[in-house]
Amino acid sequence: MSTYQLVLTDSATMLRRNLRRMRRYPSLTLFIAGIPVVLLLLFVYVFGGTLGAGIGTIAGGRAEYLAYVVPGILLITVAGASQGTAISMAMDMNEGIIARFRTMAIARSSVLTGHVVGSVIQTMLAIVIVMLVAVLMGFRSTTGPVDWAAAMVLLMLAALAISWLSVALGMAAGSVETASNLPMFLVFLPFLSSGFVPTGSMPPGLAWFAEHQPFTPIIETVRGLLEGTPIGDAGLVAVGWCVGITVLGYLWARKLYDRDPVRS
Amino acid sequence: MSPVETAVAVRVTGLRKSYGDHVVLDGIDLEVAAGTVFALLGPNGAGKTTLIRILSTLVTPDGGEARVAGHDVVRDADLVRAAIGVTGQFSAVDALFTGEENLRLMADLRHLGKQAGRHRVAELLQRFDLVDAASKPVATYSGGMRRRLDLAMTLVGDPQVIFLDEPTAGLDPRSRRDVWQMIQELVAHGVTILLTTQYLEEADRLAERIGVLDHGVLVAEGTPDQLKRLAPGGHVRLAFADHDQLRRAAGAFAGASPDENALTLQIPSDGGIASLRAILDQLESASIDVGGLSLQTPDMDDVFLAITGDHGRQEVPVP
Repeated sequence: MSTYQLVLTDSATMLRRNLRRMRRYPSLTLFIAGIPVVLLLLFVYVFGGTLGAGIGTIAGGRAEYLAYVVPGILLITVAGASQGTAISMAMDMNEGIIARFRTMAIARSSVLTGHVVGSVIQTMLAIVIVMLVAVLMGFRSTTGPVDWAAAMVLLMLAALAISWLSVALGMAAGSVETASNLPMFLVFLPFLSSGFVPTGSMPPGLAWFAEHQPFTPIIETVRGLLEGTPIGDAGLVAVGWCVGITVLGYLWARKLYDRDPVRS
Repeated sequence: MSPVETAVAVRVTGLRKSYGDHVVLDGIDLEVAAGTVFALLGPNGAGKTTLIRILSTLVTPDGGEARVAGHDVVRDADLVRAAIGVTGQFSAVDALFTGEENLRLMADLRHLGKQAGRHRVAELLQRFDLVDAASKPVATYSGGMRRRLDLAMTLVGDPQVIFLDEPTAGLDPRSRRDVWQMIQELVAHGVTILLTTQYLEEADRLAERIGVLDHGVLVAEGTPDQLKRLAPGGHVRLAFADHDQLRRAAGAFAGASPDENALTLQIPSDGGIASLRAILDQLESASIDVGGLSLQTPDMDDVFLAITGDHGRQEVPVP
Protein backbone atom coordinates (compact mmCIF):
# COMPACT_ATOMS: atom_id res chain seq x y z
CA MET A 1 0.00 0.00 0.00
CA SER A 2 1.43 3.38 -0.94
CA THR A 3 1.87 6.09 1.66
CA TYR A 4 -0.89 8.12 0.06
CA GLN A 5 -3.30 5.19 0.15
CA LEU A 6 -2.30 4.46 3.73
CA VAL A 7 -3.14 8.02 4.78
CA LEU A 8 -6.54 7.82 3.06
CA THR A 9 -7.44 4.36 4.40
CA ASP A 10 -6.39 5.11 7.97
CA SER A 11 -8.01 8.54 7.97
CA ALA A 12 -11.26 6.97 6.75
CA THR A 13 -11.05 4.37 9.54
CA MET A 14 -10.48 7.09 12.12
CA LEU A 15 -13.31 9.17 10.69
CA ARG A 16 -15.67 6.18 10.99
CA ARG A 17 -14.52 5.82 14.57
CA ASN A 18 -15.24 9.47 15.37
CA LEU A 19 -18.63 9.46 13.67
CA ARG A 20 -19.56 6.35 15.63
CA ARG A 21 -18.43 8.01 18.85
CA MET A 22 -20.60 11.00 18.00
CA ARG A 23 -23.59 8.72 17.54
CA ARG A 24 -22.89 7.09 20.89
CA TYR A 25 -22.66 10.48 22.54
CA PRO A 26 -25.35 12.49 20.75
CA SER A 27 -25.77 15.08 23.49
CA LEU A 28 -22.60 16.76 22.26
CA THR A 29 -24.00 17.28 18.73
CA LEU A 30 -27.33 18.48 20.13
CA PHE A 31 -25.47 20.89 22.37
CA ILE A 32 -23.53 22.23 19.39
CA ALA A 33 -26.75 22.98 17.48
CA GLY A 34 -28.77 23.85 20.58
CA ILE A 35 -26.79 26.83 21.83
CA PRO A 36 -26.94 28.79 18.53
CA VAL A 37 -30.65 28.04 18.20
CA VAL A 38 -31.26 29.44 21.67
CA LEU A 39 -29.14 32.50 20.85
CA LEU A 40 -31.05 33.00 17.60
CA LEU A 41 -34.39 32.90 19.44
CA LEU A 42 -33.04 35.19 22.14
CA PHE A 43 -31.57 37.78 19.80
CA VAL A 44 -34.52 37.87 17.43
CA TYR A 45 -37.48 37.67 19.81
CA VAL A 46 -36.03 39.41 22.88
CA PHE A 47 -33.55 41.96 21.50
CA GLY A 48 -34.58 41.92 17.85
CA GLY A 49 -37.28 44.56 17.98
CA THR A 50 -34.95 47.15 19.46
CA LEU A 51 -31.74 46.07 17.72
CA GLY A 52 -33.51 45.94 14.36
CA ALA A 53 -34.52 49.57 14.71
CA GLY A 54 -30.88 50.55 15.14
CA ILE A 55 -29.12 48.58 12.40
CA GLY A 56 -29.48 51.41 9.94
CA THR A 57 -31.82 50.05 7.32
CA ILE A 58 -34.83 52.14 6.35
CA ALA A 59 -37.45 49.74 7.66
CA GLY A 60 -35.75 48.42 10.79
CA GLY A 61 -37.60 45.80 12.78
CA ARG A 62 -37.62 42.24 14.03
CA ALA A 63 -37.76 40.70 10.54
CA GLU A 64 -34.86 42.87 9.36
CA TYR A 65 -32.85 41.94 12.44
CA LEU A 66 -33.44 38.25 11.78
CA ALA A 67 -31.94 38.73 8.31
CA TYR A 68 -29.04 40.65 9.80
CA VAL A 69 -28.19 38.23 12.61
CA VAL A 70 -28.38 34.87 10.78
CA PRO A 71 -24.80 34.96 9.39
CA GLY A 72 -23.50 35.84 12.86
CA ILE A 73 -25.44 32.95 14.41
CA LEU A 74 -24.06 30.58 11.76
CA LEU A 75 -20.51 31.60 12.73
CA ILE A 76 -21.42 31.23 16.42
CA THR A 77 -22.35 27.66 15.47
CA VAL A 78 -18.96 27.12 13.83
CA ALA A 79 -17.10 28.68 16.75
CA GLY A 80 -19.19 26.88 19.37
CA ALA A 81 -18.35 23.51 17.84
CA SER A 82 -14.74 24.14 18.84
CA GLN A 83 -15.66 23.29 22.41
CA GLY A 84 -17.03 19.90 21.45
CA THR A 85 -14.02 19.17 19.25
CA ALA A 86 -11.52 20.12 21.93
CA ILE A 87 -13.41 18.09 24.54
CA SER A 88 -13.58 14.96 22.42
CA MET A 89 -9.89 15.27 21.48
CA ALA A 90 -8.92 15.70 25.14
CA MET A 91 -11.12 12.76 26.12
CA ASP A 92 -9.36 10.68 23.51
CA MET A 93 -5.90 11.74 24.64
CA ASN A 94 -6.76 10.75 28.21
CA GLU A 95 -7.76 7.27 27.13
CA GLY A 96 -4.98 4.81 26.57
CA ILE A 97 -6.16 4.13 23.04
CA ILE A 98 -4.19 7.03 21.55
CA ALA A 99 -1.03 5.51 23.01
CA ARG A 100 -2.01 2.29 21.28
CA PHE A 101 -2.50 4.09 17.96
CA ARG A 102 0.96 5.59 18.34
CA THR A 103 2.52 2.17 18.65
CA MET A 104 0.81 0.95 15.48
CA ALA A 105 2.07 1.27 11.92
CA ILE A 106 -0.70 3.62 10.80
CA ALA A 107 -0.57 6.99 9.07
CA ARG A 108 0.51 9.33 11.85
CA SER A 109 -1.88 12.13 10.98
CA SER A 110 -4.96 9.91 10.65
CA VAL A 111 -5.99 10.25 14.31
CA LEU A 112 -6.07 14.03 13.90
CA THR A 113 -7.69 13.99 10.45
CA GLY A 114 -10.40 11.68 11.78
CA HIS A 115 -11.22 14.15 14.54
CA VAL A 116 -11.11 17.18 12.24
CA VAL A 117 -13.24 15.75 9.44
CA GLY A 118 -15.67 14.30 11.97
CA SER A 119 -15.98 17.67 13.65
CA VAL A 120 -16.51 19.48 10.32
CA ILE A 121 -19.35 17.06 9.50
CA GLN A 122 -20.81 17.62 12.96
CA THR A 123 -20.60 21.40 12.53
CA MET A 124 -22.26 21.30 9.11
CA LEU A 125 -25.11 19.22 10.55
CA ALA A 126 -25.56 21.86 13.24
CA ILE A 127 -25.46 24.59 10.55
CA VAL A 128 -28.29 22.85 8.69
CA ILE A 129 -30.36 22.63 11.89
CA VAL A 130 -29.77 26.32 12.68
CA MET A 131 -30.67 27.29 9.08
CA LEU A 132 -33.91 25.30 9.27
CA VAL A 133 -34.88 27.06 12.49
CA ALA A 134 -34.04 30.44 10.90
CA VAL A 135 -36.24 29.60 7.89
CA LEU A 136 -39.07 28.56 10.23
CA MET A 137 -38.69 31.94 11.93
CA GLY A 138 -39.18 33.66 8.61
CA PHE A 139 -35.65 33.99 7.22
CA ARG A 140 -35.60 34.14 3.40
CA SER A 141 -32.51 34.26 1.24
CA THR A 142 -32.63 36.65 -1.69
CA THR A 143 -29.89 34.97 -3.71
CA GLY A 144 -29.61 31.84 -5.82
CA PRO A 145 -28.29 28.28 -5.36
CA VAL A 146 -24.77 29.11 -6.55
CA ASP A 147 -24.44 31.73 -3.82
CA TRP A 148 -25.90 29.36 -1.23
CA ALA A 149 -23.39 26.71 -2.23
CA ALA A 150 -20.59 29.25 -1.99
CA ALA A 151 -21.79 30.26 1.48
CA MET A 152 -21.79 26.59 2.55
CA VAL A 153 -18.26 26.13 1.20
CA LEU A 154 -17.04 29.16 3.11
CA LEU A 155 -18.73 27.94 6.31
CA MET A 156 -17.08 24.59 5.76
CA LEU A 157 -13.68 26.24 5.34
CA ALA A 158 -14.29 28.16 8.56
CA ALA A 159 -15.31 24.91 10.30
CA LEU A 160 -12.13 23.25 9.01
CA ALA A 161 -9.97 26.07 10.36
CA ILE A 162 -11.70 26.09 13.74
CA SER A 163 -11.53 22.28 13.93
CA TRP A 164 -7.77 22.11 13.40
CA LEU A 165 -7.29 24.83 15.97
CA SER A 166 -9.63 23.07 18.44
CA VAL A 167 -7.91 19.72 18.00
CA ALA A 168 -4.64 21.43 18.93
CA LEU A 169 -6.34 23.22 21.84
CA GLY A 170 -7.77 19.91 23.06
CA MET A 171 -4.30 18.38 23.12
CA ALA A 172 -2.70 21.46 24.67
CA ALA A 173 -5.33 21.44 27.42
CA GLY A 174 -4.22 18.15 28.96
CA SER A 175 -7.49 17.58 30.77
CA VAL A 176 -11.10 17.45 29.64
CA GLU A 177 -12.04 20.26 32.04
CA THR A 178 -9.44 22.64 30.62
CA ALA A 179 -10.36 21.57 27.11
CA SER A 180 -13.92 22.75 27.65
CA ASN A 181 -12.73 26.18 28.81
CA LEU A 182 -9.80 26.83 26.50
CA PRO A 183 -11.83 27.49 23.30
CA MET A 184 -14.15 29.94 25.11
CA PHE A 185 -12.42 32.90 23.43
CA LEU A 186 -13.48 31.45 20.06
CA VAL A 187 -17.08 31.31 21.22
CA PHE A 188 -17.00 34.97 22.22
CA LEU A 189 -15.17 36.34 19.19
CA PRO A 190 -18.25 36.43 16.90
CA PHE A 191 -19.95 38.78 19.38
CA LEU A 192 -17.13 41.27 18.84
CA SER A 193 -17.72 41.35 15.09
CA SER A 194 -20.24 42.65 12.61
CA GLY A 195 -22.43 39.62 13.38
CA PHE A 196 -24.85 41.18 15.84
CA VAL A 197 -24.54 44.93 15.31
CA PRO A 198 -22.71 46.96 12.66
CA THR A 199 -19.13 47.71 13.72
CA GLY A 200 -19.77 51.42 13.13
CA SER A 201 -21.98 51.49 16.23
CA MET A 202 -19.11 50.37 18.49
CA PRO A 203 -16.58 52.64 20.28
CA PRO A 204 -13.56 53.36 18.01
CA GLY A 205 -11.07 50.87 19.58
CA LEU A 206 -13.56 48.04 19.65
CA ALA A 207 -14.76 48.91 16.15
CA TRP A 208 -11.18 48.67 14.88
CA PHE A 209 -10.78 45.25 16.53
CA ALA A 210 -14.15 44.08 15.19
CA GLU A 211 -13.28 45.12 11.66
CA HIS A 212 -9.91 43.37 11.69
CA GLN A 213 -10.67 40.10 13.44
CA PRO A 214 -11.26 37.00 11.27
CA PHE A 215 -14.97 36.51 11.96
CA THR A 216 -16.09 39.87 10.48
CA PRO A 217 -14.96 39.24 6.87
CA ILE A 218 -16.35 35.70 7.05
CA ILE A 219 -19.70 36.98 8.36
CA GLU A 220 -19.80 39.78 5.78
CA THR A 221 -19.13 37.30 2.98
CA VAL A 222 -21.79 34.86 4.21
CA ARG A 223 -24.23 37.76 4.51
CA GLY A 224 -23.42 38.89 0.98
CA LEU A 225 -23.87 35.38 -0.38
CA LEU A 226 -27.19 34.81 1.40
CA GLU A 227 -28.69 38.29 1.14
CA GLY A 228 -26.95 40.01 -1.73
CA THR A 229 -25.24 42.73 0.32
CA PRO A 230 -21.94 43.98 -1.13
CA ILE A 231 -18.99 41.68 -0.33
CA GLY A 232 -16.04 43.64 -1.69
CA ASP A 233 -12.67 42.23 -0.70
CA ALA A 234 -14.16 40.57 2.41
CA GLY A 235 -14.43 37.30 0.47
CA LEU A 236 -10.72 37.10 -0.21
CA VAL A 237 -9.81 38.16 3.32
CA ALA A 238 -12.24 35.54 4.71
CA VAL A 239 -10.70 32.72 2.67
CA GLY A 240 -7.23 33.98 3.65
CA TRP A 241 -8.07 33.82 7.37
CA CYS A 242 -9.56 30.33 6.98
CA VAL A 243 -6.53 28.97 5.14
CA GLY A 244 -4.11 30.69 7.52
CA ILE A 245 -5.81 29.36 10.67
CA THR A 246 -6.09 25.89 9.11
CA VAL A 247 -2.35 25.77 8.38
CA LEU A 248 -1.38 27.09 11.81
CA GLY A 249 -3.83 24.78 13.59
CA TYR A 250 -2.59 21.81 11.56
CA LEU A 251 1.07 22.52 12.29
CA TRP A 252 0.41 23.10 15.98
CA ALA A 253 -1.70 19.95 16.25
CA ARG A 254 0.96 17.84 14.49
CA LYS A 255 3.61 19.22 16.82
CA LEU A 256 1.56 18.45 19.92
CA TYR A 257 0.70 14.98 18.66
CA ASP A 258 4.30 14.11 17.80
CA ARG A 259 5.76 15.12 21.14
CA ASP A 260 6.62 12.36 23.59
CA PRO A 261 3.77 11.62 25.95
CA VAL A 262 4.26 13.15 29.35
CA ARG A 263 5.74 10.75 31.87
CA SER A 264 3.15 9.56 34.31
CA MET B 1 25.58 -19.67 25.48
CA SER B 2 25.30 -22.06 22.63
CA PRO B 3 27.72 -21.53 19.80
CA VAL B 4 24.83 -21.16 17.38
CA GLU B 5 23.53 -17.64 17.62
CA THR B 6 19.86 -17.76 18.54
CA ALA B 7 17.58 -15.14 17.04
CA VAL B 8 17.35 -12.02 19.15
CA ALA B 9 13.98 -10.28 19.26
CA VAL B 10 14.98 -7.33 21.41
CA ARG B 11 18.48 -5.94 21.75
CA VAL B 12 19.19 -2.91 23.89
CA THR B 13 22.64 -1.36 24.26
CA GLY B 14 23.61 1.50 26.54
CA LEU B 15 20.08 2.91 26.57
CA ARG B 16 19.66 6.19 28.42
CA LYS B 17 16.76 8.47 29.17
CA SER B 18 16.46 11.44 31.47
CA TYR B 19 13.64 13.82 32.22
CA GLY B 20 15.36 17.04 33.21
CA ASP B 21 17.80 16.18 35.99
CA HIS B 22 16.06 12.93 36.73
CA VAL B 23 17.87 9.98 35.20
CA VAL B 24 15.29 7.30 34.45
CA LEU B 25 17.41 4.85 32.47
CA ASP B 26 21.12 4.89 33.12
CA GLY B 27 22.69 2.72 30.42
CA ILE B 28 20.64 -0.42 29.97
CA ASP B 29 21.97 -3.48 28.13
CA LEU B 30 19.50 -6.21 27.45
CA GLU B 31 18.81 -9.07 25.08
CA VAL B 32 15.64 -11.08 24.66
CA ALA B 33 15.83 -14.26 22.59
CA ALA B 34 13.03 -14.79 20.09
CA GLY B 35 10.20 -16.97 21.36
CA THR B 36 10.90 -16.43 25.04
CA VAL B 37 9.39 -14.44 27.90
CA PHE B 38 11.59 -11.87 29.58
CA ALA B 39 10.35 -10.24 32.76
CA LEU B 40 11.52 -6.85 33.90
CA LEU B 41 11.17 -6.72 37.62
CA GLY B 42 11.50 -3.64 39.71
CA PRO B 43 9.84 -1.31 42.18
CA ASN B 44 7.80 1.73 41.16
CA GLY B 45 9.93 4.32 39.47
CA ALA B 46 12.67 1.88 38.51
CA GLY B 47 12.29 2.78 34.84
CA LYS B 48 10.34 -0.25 33.62
CA THR B 49 7.56 1.68 31.93
CA THR B 50 9.98 4.12 30.31
CA LEU B 51 11.94 1.21 28.85
CA ILE B 52 8.74 -0.30 27.43
CA ARG B 53 7.74 3.08 26.02
CA ILE B 54 11.07 3.46 24.25
CA LEU B 55 10.91 -0.07 22.85
CA SER B 56 7.36 0.51 21.61
CA THR B 57 8.38 3.79 19.88
CA LEU B 58 6.31 5.99 22.19
CA VAL B 59 9.29 7.79 23.68
CA THR B 60 12.62 8.65 22.07
CA PRO B 61 15.75 7.67 24.02
CA ASP B 62 18.50 10.18 24.82
CA GLY B 63 21.31 7.77 24.03
CA GLY B 64 22.16 4.19 23.24
CA GLU B 65 20.44 1.89 20.81
CA ALA B 66 17.39 -0.32 20.86
CA ARG B 67 16.44 -2.79 18.16
CA VAL B 68 13.16 -4.66 18.09
CA ALA B 69 12.58 -7.46 15.58
CA GLY B 70 15.80 -6.33 13.92
CA HIS B 71 14.75 -2.69 13.42
CA ASP B 72 15.99 0.42 15.15
CA VAL B 73 13.23 1.96 17.28
CA VAL B 74 14.17 5.52 16.32
CA ARG B 75 15.22 5.27 12.67
CA ASP B 76 12.76 2.60 11.57
CA ALA B 77 9.92 3.25 13.99
CA ASP B 78 7.26 2.18 11.48
CA LEU B 79 8.93 -1.18 10.83
CA VAL B 80 9.09 -1.74 14.58
CA ARG B 81 5.42 -0.73 14.92
CA ALA B 82 4.43 -3.25 12.28
CA ALA B 83 6.09 -6.04 14.28
CA ILE B 84 4.96 -5.27 17.81
CA GLY B 85 1.91 -5.28 20.00
CA VAL B 86 1.66 -3.27 23.20
CA THR B 87 -0.61 -3.52 26.21
CA GLY B 88 0.04 -0.75 28.66
CA GLN B 89 -0.78 -0.33 32.31
CA PHE B 90 -3.97 1.52 31.53
CA SER B 91 -6.48 -0.04 29.26
CA ALA B 92 -6.12 1.10 25.67
CA VAL B 93 -9.68 0.47 24.58
CA ASP B 94 -12.42 2.76 23.33
CA ALA B 95 -14.95 2.78 26.16
CA LEU B 96 -17.77 4.09 23.91
CA PHE B 97 -17.35 1.12 21.57
CA THR B 98 -18.39 -2.47 22.03
CA GLY B 99 -15.76 -5.15 22.36
CA GLU B 100 -16.34 -6.28 18.80
CA GLU B 101 -16.12 -2.73 17.44
CA ASN B 102 -12.83 -2.23 19.23
CA LEU B 103 -11.43 -5.35 17.63
CA ARG B 104 -12.81 -4.38 14.22
CA LEU B 105 -11.12 -1.02 14.55
CA MET B 106 -7.81 -2.77 15.15
CA ALA B 107 -8.39 -5.07 12.19
CA ASP B 108 -9.05 -2.02 9.97
CA LEU B 109 -5.95 -0.25 11.21
CA ARG B 110 -3.89 -3.39 10.59
CA HIS B 111 -5.31 -3.37 7.04
CA LEU B 112 -6.48 -6.94 7.30
CA GLY B 113 -9.25 -6.53 4.74
CA LYS B 114 -12.93 -7.11 5.35
CA GLN B 115 -13.06 -10.89 5.17
CA ALA B 116 -9.83 -11.62 7.04
CA GLY B 117 -10.61 -8.94 9.60
CA ARG B 118 -14.02 -10.36 10.40
CA HIS B 119 -12.56 -13.83 10.72
CA ARG B 120 -9.76 -12.68 13.02
CA VAL B 121 -12.15 -10.72 15.25
CA ALA B 122 -14.48 -13.69 15.65
CA GLU B 123 -11.54 -15.94 16.48
CA LEU B 124 -10.18 -13.55 19.11
CA LEU B 125 -13.59 -13.03 20.73
CA GLN B 126 -13.83 -16.79 21.06
CA ARG B 127 -10.30 -17.22 22.36
CA PHE B 128 -10.58 -14.48 24.95
CA ASP B 129 -14.01 -15.60 26.14
CA LEU B 130 -15.69 -12.38 25.03
CA VAL B 131 -18.35 -13.77 22.69
CA ASP B 132 -21.21 -13.02 25.09
CA ALA B 133 -19.97 -9.51 25.76
CA ALA B 134 -19.02 -8.78 22.14
CA SER B 135 -21.89 -6.40 21.45
CA LYS B 136 -21.90 -4.68 24.83
CA PRO B 137 -20.16 -1.33 25.27
CA VAL B 138 -16.76 -1.64 26.93
CA ALA B 139 -17.83 0.84 29.59
CA THR B 140 -19.88 -2.00 31.11
CA TYR B 141 -16.95 -4.48 31.19
CA SER B 142 -15.26 -5.64 34.39
CA GLY B 143 -11.54 -5.04 34.92
CA GLY B 144 -10.66 -8.56 33.87
CA MET B 145 -12.78 -8.37 30.71
CA ARG B 146 -11.23 -5.06 29.77
CA ARG B 147 -7.77 -6.53 30.15
CA ARG B 148 -8.70 -9.52 28.04
CA LEU B 149 -10.08 -7.24 25.33
CA ASP B 150 -6.95 -5.12 25.58
CA LEU B 151 -4.79 -8.18 25.02
CA ALA B 152 -7.01 -9.38 22.19
CA MET B 153 -6.68 -5.97 20.48
CA THR B 154 -2.93 -6.25 20.80
CA LEU B 155 -3.04 -9.60 19.04
CA VAL B 156 -5.17 -8.60 16.05
CA GLY B 157 -2.12 -7.88 13.91
CA ASP B 158 -0.28 -11.10 14.86
CA PRO B 159 2.69 -9.28 16.40
CA GLN B 160 6.07 -11.04 16.65
CA VAL B 161 7.06 -9.16 19.78
CA ILE B 162 4.63 -8.18 22.52
CA PHE B 163 5.28 -5.68 25.29
CA LEU B 164 3.12 -6.01 28.36
CA ASP B 165 3.45 -3.28 30.95
CA GLU B 166 2.22 -4.73 34.24
CA PRO B 167 -0.37 -6.90 32.52
CA THR B 168 -1.97 -8.11 35.73
CA ALA B 169 -1.86 -4.93 37.80
CA GLY B 170 -5.16 -4.43 39.60
CA LEU B 171 -6.67 -7.76 38.55
CA ASP B 172 -8.30 -10.27 40.86
CA PRO B 173 -6.51 -13.61 41.32
CA ARG B 174 -8.70 -15.42 38.82
CA SER B 175 -8.25 -12.84 36.07
CA ARG B 176 -4.54 -12.82 36.80
CA ARG B 177 -4.42 -16.55 36.22
CA ASP B 178 -6.31 -16.10 32.94
CA VAL B 179 -3.76 -13.57 31.75
CA TRP B 180 -0.90 -15.85 32.76
CA GLN B 181 -2.41 -18.66 30.78
CA MET B 182 -2.79 -16.45 27.72
CA ILE B 183 0.83 -15.37 27.96
CA GLN B 184 1.93 -18.99 28.12
CA GLU B 185 -0.19 -19.87 25.09
CA LEU B 186 1.26 -16.99 23.11
CA VAL B 187 4.81 -18.02 23.80
CA ALA B 188 3.94 -21.58 22.83
CA HIS B 189 3.07 -20.13 19.43
CA GLY B 190 6.49 -18.55 19.05
CA VAL B 191 5.79 -14.98 20.11
CA THR B 192 8.41 -13.08 22.09
CA ILE B 193 7.14 -11.32 25.20
CA LEU B 194 8.77 -8.66 27.29
CA LEU B 195 6.72 -7.89 30.35
CA THR B 196 7.15 -5.74 33.39
CA THR B 197 5.86 -6.69 36.78
CA GLN B 198 6.13 -5.88 40.43
CA TYR B 199 5.04 -9.36 41.34
CA LEU B 200 7.96 -11.68 41.88
CA GLU B 201 5.75 -14.71 41.66
CA GLU B 202 4.62 -13.60 38.22
CA ALA B 203 8.15 -13.18 36.89
CA ASP B 204 9.19 -16.51 38.39
CA ARG B 205 6.25 -18.29 36.88
CA LEU B 206 6.21 -16.84 33.39
CA ALA B 207 9.70 -15.80 32.42
CA GLU B 208 12.67 -17.73 31.09
CA ARG B 209 14.86 -14.82 32.08
CA ILE B 210 14.37 -12.02 34.54
CA GLY B 211 16.04 -8.65 34.64
CA VAL B 212 15.94 -6.70 37.87
CA LEU B 213 15.71 -2.98 37.28
CA ASP B 214 16.39 -0.55 40.07
CA HIS B 215 16.95 3.21 39.77
CA GLY B 216 17.38 2.95 36.02
CA VAL B 217 20.09 0.29 36.22
CA LEU B 218 19.78 -3.38 35.42
CA VAL B 219 21.17 -4.72 38.70
CA ALA B 220 20.82 -8.41 37.94
CA GLU B 221 19.79 -10.61 35.06
CA GLY B 222 19.41 -14.34 34.67
CA THR B 223 17.08 -17.31 34.88
CA PRO B 224 14.79 -17.42 37.91
CA ASP B 225 16.99 -20.17 39.40
CA GLN B 226 20.18 -18.21 38.84
CA LEU B 227 18.63 -15.25 40.58
CA LYS B 228 17.38 -17.36 43.46
CA ARG B 229 20.92 -18.53 44.08
CA LEU B 230 21.87 -14.94 44.72
CA ALA B 231 19.80 -15.02 47.87
CA PRO B 232 20.94 -17.05 50.86
CA GLY B 233 18.68 -19.04 53.13
CA GLY B 234 17.56 -22.37 51.62
CA HIS B 235 16.95 -25.12 54.18
CA VAL B 236 15.03 -28.25 55.07
CA ARG B 237 12.89 -28.05 58.18
CA LEU B 238 12.13 -31.24 60.12
CA ALA B 239 9.45 -31.44 62.79
CA PHE B 240 9.57 -33.95 65.65
CA ALA B 241 7.16 -35.43 68.15
CA ASP B 242 9.41 -35.06 71.20
CA HIS B 243 12.64 -33.58 72.54
CA ASP B 244 14.48 -36.87 72.50
CA GLN B 245 14.06 -37.34 68.75
CA LEU B 246 15.00 -33.72 68.15
CA ARG B 247 18.20 -34.07 70.18
CA ARG B 248 19.21 -37.24 68.36
CA ALA B 249 18.56 -35.62 65.00
CA ALA B 250 20.48 -32.50 65.97
CA GLY B 251 23.44 -34.73 66.80
CA ALA B 252 23.25 -36.46 63.43
CA PHE B 253 23.46 -33.32 61.26
CA ALA B 254 26.37 -30.96 61.58
CA GLY B 255 25.46 -27.33 61.08
CA ALA B 256 21.79 -27.89 61.87
CA SER B 257 19.99 -25.52 64.19
CA PRO B 258 17.37 -26.97 66.55
CA ASP B 259 14.41 -25.07 67.91
CA GLU B 260 13.53 -26.62 71.31
CA ASN B 261 10.19 -24.87 71.66
CA ALA B 262 8.83 -25.61 68.19
CA LEU B 263 10.47 -29.05 68.16
CA THR B 264 11.92 -28.39 64.73
CA LEU B 265 15.36 -28.67 63.19
CA GLN B 266 16.63 -26.55 60.30
CA ILE B 267 19.22 -28.16 58.06
CA PRO B 268 20.91 -25.95 55.45
CA SER B 269 20.23 -27.33 51.98
CA ASP B 270 20.06 -26.25 48.37
CA GLY B 271 16.69 -27.92 48.16
CA GLY B 272 17.83 -30.36 45.49
CA ILE B 273 16.64 -33.99 45.31
CA ALA B 274 20.10 -35.42 46.04
CA SER B 275 20.63 -33.53 49.26
CA LEU B 276 17.09 -34.28 50.33
CA ARG B 277 17.64 -37.99 49.79
CA ALA B 278 20.87 -37.82 51.77
CA ILE B 279 19.00 -36.31 54.70
CA LEU B 280 16.28 -38.94 54.53
CA ASP B 281 18.85 -41.76 54.31
CA GLN B 282 20.67 -40.46 57.34
CA LEU B 283 17.43 -40.17 59.32
CA GLU B 284 16.55 -43.73 58.43
CA SER B 285 19.92 -45.21 59.28
CA ALA B 286 19.81 -43.49 62.68
CA SER B 287 16.15 -44.66 63.08
CA ILE B 288 14.89 -41.22 63.94
CA ASP B 289 11.13 -40.66 63.68
CA VAL B 290 10.23 -37.51 61.82
CA GLY B 291 6.83 -35.95 62.28
CA GLY B 292 6.99 -33.71 59.24
CA LEU B 293 9.26 -32.26 56.63
CA SER B 294 9.12 -29.04 54.69
CA LEU B 295 11.39 -27.49 52.12
CA GLN B 296 12.26 -23.81 52.35
CA THR B 297 13.77 -22.43 49.16
CA PRO B 298 14.55 -18.75 48.84
CA ASP B 299 11.70 -17.21 46.91
CA MET B 300 11.89 -14.26 44.60
CA ASP B 301 11.05 -11.94 47.46
CA ASP B 302 14.29 -12.89 49.16
CA VAL B 303 16.13 -12.38 45.89
CA PHE B 304 14.53 -9.05 45.27
CA LEU B 305 15.35 -7.72 48.69
CA ALA B 306 18.88 -9.13 48.56
CA ILE B 307 19.53 -7.42 45.23
CA THR B 308 17.76 -4.11 45.53
CA GLY B 309 18.12 -3.87 49.34
CA ASP B 310 17.18 -0.79 51.24
CA HIS B 311 20.77 0.10 52.11
CA GLY B 312 21.33 1.94 48.87
CA ARG B 313 22.20 0.08 45.73
CA GLN B 314 24.12 -3.12 45.82
CA GLU B 315 25.90 -4.09 42.64
CA VAL B 316 25.34 -7.74 41.99
CA PRO B 317 27.35 -9.30 39.21
CA VAL B 318 25.22 -10.24 36.25
CA PRO B 319 25.51 -14.02 35.93
